[in-house]
Amino acid sequence: MSSLSERPANAVVGQEIPHESASLHVTGLALYTDDLTCRTHGVLHAHPVQAPHAHARVTRLDPTPALEVPGVVRVLTAADVPGVNDAGIKHDEPLFPSEVMFFGHSVCWVLGETLEAARLGAAAVEVDYEPLPALVTVSEAIVAGSFQGGQPTMVRGDVEAGIARAAHVFSGTFEFAGQEHFYLETHCSLAHVDEAGQIFVQCSTQHPSETQDIVAHVLGLPSHAVTVQCLRMGGGFGGKEMQPHGYAAIAALGATLTGRPVRLRLNRTQDITMSGKRHGFHAQWRVGFSDDGRLEALDATLTSDGGWSLDLSEPVLARALCHIDNAYWIPDIRVNGRIARTNKTSQTAFRGFGGPQGMLVIEDILGRCAPFLGLDPIDLRRRNFYVAGQATPYGQPVRHPERLVATWDEVIERGDVTNRRREIAAFNAAHPHTKRALAVTPVKFGISFNLTAFNQAGALVHVYKDGSVLVNHGGTEMGQGLHTKMLQVAATTLGVPLSTVRLAPTRTDKVPNTSATAASSGADLNGGAVKNACEQIRERLAVVAAGQLGVPPADVRFGDGVVRGLGRSETVAWADLVNQAYFQRVQLFAAGYYRTEGLHWDSTSFHGEPFKYFAYGAAATEVEVDGFTGAYRTRRVDIVHDVGDSLSPLVDLGQIEGGYVQGAGWLTLEDLRWDESDGPSRGRLATQAASTYKLPSLSEMPREFTVSLLERAHEEGAVYGSKAVGEPPLMLAFSVREALRQAAAAFGPPGTSVDLASPATPEAVFWAVEEARGHGEPPHMTPAVEGAPGIEPDQLAADAHRLHPRSEQAAAGVRSGR
Amino acid sequence: MTTQLTTVNGQQCPLGGTDPSTTALDWLRMRGLTGAKEGCAEGECGACSVLVARPDEGGGTRWTAINACLTPIAALDGQEIVTAEGLGTPDAMHPVQREMATRGGSQCGYCTPGFVCSMAAEYYRADRCAPAATNGTPVEVDDEHGPNGFDLHALSGNLCRCTGYRPIRDAAFALGTPPADDVLAARRSGPPPAAPATRLVGPTGTYARPADLPEALAFLAEHPDARLVAGSTDWGVEVNLRGARAAYAVGIDRLPELRTFEVADDRIEIGAALSLSEVERLLHGRIPLLDELFPQFASRLIRNAATIGGNLGTGSPIGDTPPVLLALEASVVLASVGGEREVPLVDYFTGYRQSVRRAGELIRAVRIPLPLSGTTAFHKIAKRRFDDISSVAAAFALDVRDGIVATARIGLGGVAATPIRAYATEAALEGRPWTAETARAAGEVMRGEGTPMDDHRASAAYRSATLGTALLRLHAETATPQEVGA
Repeated sequence: MSSLSERPANAVVGQEIPHESASLHVTGLALYTDDLTCRTHGVLHAHPVQAPHAHARVTRLDPTPALEVPGVVRVLTAADVPGVNDAGIKHDEPLFPSEVMFFGHSVCWVLGETLEAARLGAAAVEVDYEPLPALVTVSEAIVAGSFQGGQPTMVRGDVEAGIARAAHVFSGTFEFAGQEHFYLETHCSLAHVDEAGQIFVQCSTQHPSETQDIVAHVLGLPSHAVTVQCLRMGGGFGGKEMQPHGYAAIAALGATLTGRPVRLRLNRTQDITMSGKRHGFHAQWRVGFSDDGRLEALDATLTSDGGWSLDLSEPVLARALCHIDNAYWIPDIRVNGRIARTNKTSQTAFRGFGGPQGMLVIEDILGRCAPFLGLDPIDLRRRNFYVAGQATPYGQPVRHPERLVATWDEVIERGDVTNRRREIAAFNAAHPHTKRALAVTPVKFGISFNLTAFNQAGALVHVYKDGSVLVNHGGTEMGQGLHTKMLQVAATTLGVPLSTVRLAPTRTDKVPNTSATAASSGADLNGGAVKNACEQIRERLAVVAAGQLGVPPADVRFGDGVVRGLGRSETVAWADLVNQAYFQRVQLFAAGYYRTEGLHWDSTSFHGEPFKYFAYGAAATEVEVDGFTGAYRTRRVDIVHDVGDSLSPLVDLGQIEGGYVQGAGWLTLEDLRWDESDGPSRGRLATQAASTYKLPSLSEMPREFTVSLLERAHEEGAVYGSKAVGEPPLMLAFSVREALRQAAAAFGPPGTSVDLASPATPEAVFWAVEEARGHGEPPHMTPAVEGAPGIEPDQLAADAHRLHPRSEQAAAGVRSGR
Repeated sequence: MTTQLTTVNGQQCPLGGTDPSTTALDWLRMRGLTGAKEGCAEGECGACSVLVARPDEGGGTRWTAINACLTPIAALDGQEIVTAEGLGTPDAMHPVQREMATRGGSQCGYCTPGFVCSMAAEYYRADRCAPAATNGTPVEVDDEHGPNGFDLHALSGNLCRCTGYRPIRDAAFALGTPPADDVLAARRSGPPPAAPATRLVGPTGTYARPADLPEALAFLAEHPDARLVAGSTDWGVEVNLRGARAAYAVGIDRLPELRTFEVADDRIEIGAALSLSEVERLLHGRIPLLDELFPQFASRLIRNAATIGGNLGTGSPIGDTPPVLLALEASVVLASVGGEREVPLVDYFTGYRQSVRRAGELIRAVRIPLPLSGTTAFHKIAKRRFDDISSVAAAFALDVRDGIVATARIGLGGVAATPIRAYATEAALEGRPWTAETARAAGEVMRGEGTPMDDHRASAAYRSATLGTALLRLHAETATPQEVGA
């Protein structure tokens, strides 16, 4: 067992404790960035001027009328930028654009004494636009050949031979929607400048170091002149991985120019209309199965809707390709990827980061093809699972496939799936207007950033003379419980009670050059770094204790707030030992560092072992569909999920349940509707408010909802034997979509295959029911077609860029890949 | 004439100098009480939920959760507010806070103070059936009610993006009854603060709450363009999201003449300024069709503020009370300085957000004739089961005598510029046997009612399709089992 994964007896990790801020949350005392505004004197408020066109050239911008509005202090425009006019790291996101690239794009910002003054000022700014043709849908971009970034191909074997070998070949297309993050706290930054020109930005960001980078380059300052702090976020989900930077830069620019604190908080409408979302995808595929339902070959082209700029679209696409196999062995495979450039918000990271999109494609294929193959979808999925010794299409051996099988078998048993499916069949036979179905789907999700360089982290741990411990690390807290876990890691490593340890807010002047808190890697990476820092301190203290206890340092044991020698009963209290060490001039603080070992990835050949391990899970979901309206309910969900040896079971349970419901929201309810008409509001997001973009509420919670953690799941080589948990559970929600498909199909004759749009809103389910009843194909869907050799998906143009993200090209510019 | 003071967590706070367009949320946050958050600014997410002291039906106080983001602080002049900060502290948590904290009910924590307030309102609901009060009789536990009588609809207006809700539900269902020394529980037995006449003047305009109806009507006669504000659940959205400001806003939600409730032999009259929650409690199941509507009308937070008159006053084609009230053949009582007139609801709407209500008039009451039809249903088609806006809403009131449809009244929303009656469908039903065949044939007529549109809520085709299946669904729901398959 590695020293990283070895867990001592009586460890604080593994204890079921509430979120470290829970008592502050419930009493309203937990502070978020905007809560600091009323505690800050002389704050100016920033308001954007948003363009009413999807694509246009700015021909005139006159801020002077705004300056006549009482309370308006300044209008920020491109001319004010001392550094680089860019909100990203690829120089394709002008902070103040001269060309409007999406409906709602902000062309300048107004600073006011009050938000009301800034709002009225923004309305007074005069802007003339020359409208330009706009591409709004992926399909339009494909026809127009509008792509951006690299175009990867993932190949193994000979896909043509695989298709030729297959007994059954199907082909089809599937276009599915993205998702709005809808973190409850919208983007917010509060910037100060001090007497020496030092910038301090408090920001709701998952990536403080990159926020710092962007603020510095916009202001033309070195990074040491900018400090970014994140107290906590009111949700992130990937939406604050890259998107906060520009807003932070606006606030910092305003503070620099006025000398006053500047608050930039987007209201919900601004946040939804300006910030990026989960990528919607278009998939074109052809698949071959053997006579007994084994996957022989998959040929697919995935086109993601990147929006107007690249942002994180390249690594999102890479992860989509890396997860199109989900849990299934596909011997011969070719998957092309490309990123459409459309006149929409720049789509970005969202929990799963392309993985869900890749996996949705294969799960949709299996769901549509199972009836054609005459196979029970549960059997079809199960018989295609990876077995030991097999590798993914990109060359990574699939370790521990037996854990996938274990989650699958356990969920079927715990969920009483066999009996319930019998009951469902009886129910359906007796109910002409209501149908039920139960579907089971698996998850296999790779953990680590695809881009190897990001798999490092730092921490700074202080032990004060009284024995109290302060932990700084590079990760951010967005509700996922990272800080809770880090407290448990520090307490475990130092052998002290949890109450001895306190966590400091995340700041770039404490831990530099951090990676985003993303890719589910926060606990793995920062846990490794915190543990490393604590171990350095513990080793120094062991020498001190050894002298006192009369044992060799290697025989000193730390635990429960006391230190003792191996086999001895005499103890030294932790605080006494620390105090003694201080007087012996022993350093009581340490910088910790961690890098994930054993990773390599070549984005050009699309080959390597980018993941430390895979997280596994399985979910069984039962739904009931009303044939009159397509309305449905989730009756019961059972989940078995693999989190390794849990660092914090209550936190992990919350991540699994919350991930499932958020995934179900993406697949069933949440409906991003863009105006695709040729009218004046073409490109406008029609669902830009909580009243029209509906999140799952309590009424969408499954009536019965049971989650179990896989037992005997120790993960060798990860901090205290644990596994990442942030993203993988989201994809357990495929089971609700497949259950809806099967319930809709139950309105038709046995063996009916139905196509189901995503999101599967009641309307989409209604059309699927209509298809099952033989009333035609749902709108906007193309049927899966059987017949060799199938329709070959689009191939990439010969001169297309390979996926070699521009961000990777500059030797030092390795920032945005994942 | 005015106190210009609001009590927050037991402390009196002056309102002077506050602009009338300021929401209670912004006002609280400016005072440093940042527990309540803005998540959406339109009453959809509940992160801003706070408790206010409102009258119950027995002369005492009911702690009522409302959306602070929609309520003008001016409307809370003289009132009592309790926020999450006022319920407890980390060292002395309120029972609701303790259950939420220890069960994993918070992750990012941003929605949590709002959940806590909504949950506390239900915790303090006097008629919540707690185990101790049942003398061992099992409480009815279903999808929406816990063993402690907790009604999950109390949380229907609070969104959480992190937890998936299971721990929140468990926290709600674990609550006991308030202990004897609970100050807020004790407060329930006394009356809530009266709503004083007030006037708040600021840079953007004036908010006035008249003392009574004559004063309100006089004010309206003087300022015919004045904005009538009751629960502010519609107006608050205009203020927050569309920058609307009223030169004159008249608060009518607490006018005693608009808060009457009378049951006569031939009709029920409901005061226009009663909140939907109050109407629900006062009716107590007397009108089954309205009972079916209430849980589907927005969220509990909204229903605690939104008034029945307000839902008609806005004139929206997708309001949910109009189809029901049309099916019930209700009328509205319009009042002005010139007196009152009664207008059948079917004649009330004249166009998109337009009605026969004249400048200077307000809706004083809604009248529903008795007796009621025997077969009623409310079908709301929406993406989300609760707290969503209708794509199509259909309300049915049928009298079936000896198997024959004697009368049929059908109100529809979402299929035209105004709520409409489905006259052609009614005609296709009346005089025919209430069978699946009649439902199917009349359904074909109903499919053609109105002029449904394509929009972000639904396609025109889906709207028409669900109009076409609605009667079959009604028949399946109301007919005896053997008839279902017919």
